Amino acid sequence: MSNVRIKVDHVSKSFKLPHERTNSLKQALLALNRRSFEKFKVLEDVSFEVHEGEFFGILGRNGSGKSTLLKLLAEIYAPSSGKIQIDGTLTPFIEVGVGFNDELTGRENVFLNGAILGLTTKEIEQKYSEIVAFAELERFMDQKLKNYSSGMRVRLAFSVAIQAHNKILLIDEVLAVGDERFQDKCLKIFSQIKKDPTKTVVFVSHDMGAVQRFCDRAIVVHDGKMVFIGDATDAALEYKKLNFPETVINERDEAKMPVHARLCNQKGKPTTVFNFGEQATMHIKWKPDQRIKNVGVALFRDDDTYVFGSNTILDKITIKGDELDYTFQMDLGTGQYYTRIGFFGDTDADKVYFINNGPQFSVAAPVQWQGVTYIEHDWRV
Amino acid sequence: MLAFLTPQNKSLLRQLVITDFKLRYQGSVLGYFWSLLKPLLLFGVLYGVFTYVLPLGKGVPHYPAYLLLGVVLWNFFVEATNMGMGSIIGRGDMVRKVKISKPSIVIASILSACVNLGFNLIVVGFFMIITGVQIQPVVVFLPVILIELVALALALSFFLSALYVRFRDIAPIWEVVLQVMFYATPIIYPMTLVPVRLRGFLMLNPIAQIVQDAREMLVTPATITAHEVLPFWLSVIVPCVVLGLLTVASVLFFKKSAKSFAENL
Repeated sequence: MSNVRIKVDHVSKSFKLPHERTNSLKQALLALNRRSFEKFKVLEDVSFEVHEGEFFGILGRNGSGKSTLLKLLAEIYAPSSGKIQIDGTLTPFIEVGVGFNDELTGRENVFLNGAILGLTTKEIEQKYSEIVAFAELERFMDQKLKNYSSGMRVRLAFSVAIQAHNKILLIDEVLAVGDERFQDKCLKIFSQIKKDPTKTVVFVSHDMGAVQRFCDRAIVVHDGKMVFIGDATDAALEYKKLNFPETVINERDEAKMPVHARLCNQKGKPTTVFNFGEQATMHIKWKPDQRIKNVGVALFRDDDTYVFGSNTILDKITIKGDELDYTFQMDLGTGQYYTRIGFFGDTDADKVYFINNGPQFSVAAPVQWQGVTYIEHDWRV
Repeated sequence: MLAFLTPQNKSLLRQLVITDFKLRYQGSVLGYFWSLLKPLLLFGVLYGVFTYVLPLGKGVPHYPAYLLLGVVLWNFFVEATNMGMGSIIGRGDMVRKVKISKPSIVIASILSACVNLGFNLIVVGFFMIITGVQIQPVVVFLPVILIELVALALALSFFLSALYVRFRDIAPIWEVVLQVMFYATPIIYPMTLVPVRLRGFLMLNPIAQIVQDAREMLVTPATITAHEVLPFWLSVIVPCVVLGLLTVASVLFFKKSAKSFAENL
C-alpha cells in the first residue's frame, strides 16, 4: 500500500450554538449563570485514510457536514475529538484569492496571496511568470485589482493556488469558476493532477457525476455521519439511494421490467450512430398486459433538453398485440441523445412501466447550421 | 520561539507588513511622505502649545525633544496595541478561509507599528539636532528600552486580540484604560511637577519607566527615572519578571483561543 497522506481518526466536530450569541461582555456575564447554548454535532466519529496519488471524493448534500470536514482537513477548524494527521504540504481550494486587496496591483496581490498560501517570497518570485502566464494576465499585472473584471480576478487567484504545487490539494466543487475556456484549462490541470502519482486530491462535491468521473474512492457523508466508504461508483449509488430513493428504485427495476426497446437504422441493423436525416426505427416489445393502452416515446438531448415526444393516443393509433415499431426521421442537430419510453393506462398519470434510460444515440449533422433541429428556412436579399 | 520563524512565516510577515505600509496612505497625494510629515506636524503643534501657551517643562533641559520623544513612544504603544487588538478580526477572512499562522497576523501588526515608530524616531532625531541636544554614550542602551516597549505591546496584543474575538467590548474598555494610562504617565508633564511621595508609585507603570529611561538615554541625564525613585528590585527585577510572565500567559491564552478563531469570528 502506498503512503498514507491523510489520516482521519474518529473525528467529531461540534459547534456551540448560543441561544443568544454572546458578543459582548455584559451578555457573557449574564449568560454565565444560564449557560444557554446548544451543542450542535456537525460531524460524528468519522474515520478514513487517503493514500498518496489518490483522488478521493467526499459526497454529501448541503448541510451534511462535508464542508466542515473539508475545513477540518484544511486545519482551519480543530476537531472537537479525534485526530487528523496530514503528511505533506497542502493547498486548500476552498476559496481562492484570500486576502486579495483591490488597492494593490495584480503583482502585489500575487505575492500577498502566495504568502498566505504558505509560499515563501523566493518561491513566488520563481513561479511568478508561470502564474501570470497561466492566468493570461501578462498585460494587467501592474494594474490595481479594482480594475480587474471578476473573471480576471478569479483567474489570477486560481493560478496562484495551482502554482503552489503542493502535494495535497483540497478542492471544493464550488470552484467551477471563470469562463468556459478557463474552466477547460482547470479541468485539464485536474486531469494532469489525477495522473500524477505524487499528488493527492480530496474533492468535495454534491455532484455524484463529478465524483464518479474524477475520484478513485469516495466517502458519503449524511447528517454528520460517514455512511459509506469505498469505490467512487458505489459511493455515488449510495448517495443516490440516500437522497433520491425513488430514482434508484426505478433504475434498478428498469432492467427487470418486462419491456424491451431497440433502435435500428433503415437497413434494420441495430445502431447508436445516425446521420442527419436518416430514418430510425425503435422496436418496442413488452409482456402482454391488459393495463397498457398507450405507448409514448420522448427524445432528450444529453443536456436534458426535451426535444420531441409523442404517444399512440395523441397520434390516434390503437395498440394491437405486444409490440410496435416507432419510426422517426433524424432531423436533429449534432449531439448525444437519449430516450424515455412510457407504457400508460388510460391517462398519462397511470404509468404501468416507465423507462428513464431508454436507448441512446448520437447524430452527426452537416456543419452548415446549428441547433437542436433543422427548420426549413429562406433568405431574401 | 525560534521554531516559529520558518521561511513561510517570515515571508507571510513580510508580505503583511509591506501590504499594510502600501495601503496606509493609499490614494493620498503625498503618499509615504505622510509617514514623516504627520509626526512633524504633530510635533509643531505640541511644541507651540507647551513652550508658549502652557510651559510645563520650564526647568527641563531640551524640553521640546524630551516632550516629543515621550509622545512618540506613547503613540507607538497606543497604535501597536490597537492594531494588535484588531488584527485577528481585521483579517477575519484569512482566518476563516485558509490555514494561516495566527501569531503572524498579530506580530505583523506590531511590526507595522514599528515601521511607523522608526519614521517618528527619525523625525525626533532631526529635532534633536536642530535644538542642539548632546548625545550621551548611554544611548547605546536605548535599543534595550525599545525592545522592552515592543515586547510589552506584543504581549498585550496577543492577549487583547484573542479576547476581542469573543468580546467586542474590549475595544472601548481598552480605550478608557489607555486614557487613564496617558494621564498617569509623565508624558506631557515632567516628573518634577509630581509630588515626591507619589513618584515611586507612578513609576511602577511600565510605560512611565520606559518613557523616562528613553529620555534619560537620548535627551538628558536630568530625567527622573524608575531606578532613581524605586529600589533596584522594584525598578528592574519586578518589571522583567512581570513582562516575562505577561508574555508567557498571553501567548498561552492566544494559543488556546486560536484553535477556535475560525468558528468564533
